[in-house]
Amino acid sequence: MILAKVVGTVVATRKDPRLVSSKLLIARPMDPKGKPEGNYVVAIDTVDAGFGETVLIVSGSSARMAAGLKDCPVDAAIVGIVDNIEIDD
Amino acid sequence: MQLGRVVGNVVLNMKNETLDGVTLLLVQPLSSSHEPSGRIIVAADSIGAGVGENVFFVRGKEASFPFYPVEVPADAGIVGIVDHWYLG
Repeated sequence: MILAKVVGTVVATRKDPRLVSSKLLIARPMDPKGKPEGNYVVAIDTVDAGFGETVLIVSGSSARMAAGLKDCPVDAAIVGIVDNIEIDD
Repeated sequence: MQLGRVVGNVVLNMKNETLDGVTLLLVQPLSSSHEPSGRIIVAADSIGAGVGENVFFVRGKEASFPFYPVEVPADAGIVGIVDHWYLG
C-alpha cells in the first residue's frame, strides 16, 4: 500500500455500471514525511476521504477486496484515512 | 518476496471495515548490501514484526493470504522476520 494526499476529484457520467455511485478521487502519492513522489492516481474512495487528507491506497487486484468493491473494475482504492505516521530515522 | 526493514507504523482513524485489527507498518525495501532501495511502502503485518527488524514481504494479492478467510485489501504483507541472511 502507499500513502497519498487527496488533491482532487473526478466526475464521470459514462462509466462501467459497477462503478455507478462510486466516488473517484485524484491522489498524489507521497513518502512518509509528506514529500510528493510518483504520478497522480485515480482511486475509488471507500472511506469518505476529503480534499487534503492523507490516505492509504491499495493497488492492483487487492483493491477489489475492499468492502463494497467486489467484482468492480478497480485497481486502486482508498481504504483508510491516516491519523498518525511514526517513522524511525 | 523481497527483503526490507520496518521503519515505522501507520495509524488510521477511518478505515475500510475489512482492515479492522490489521497492523500496518512502514517497510523500506533493502538491497542485497542492506542499503535502502526504492520507496517506503505500507505493509500489513501478520506475524508481529517491530520497528528496526529485517523482514521479508510479499507484494500483490498474496499479501492478504495470511489473513484467510478474511479478505484483507492489502497489496504488501510482511510474512517473515529475518534472523540473518548470507550471500555467497
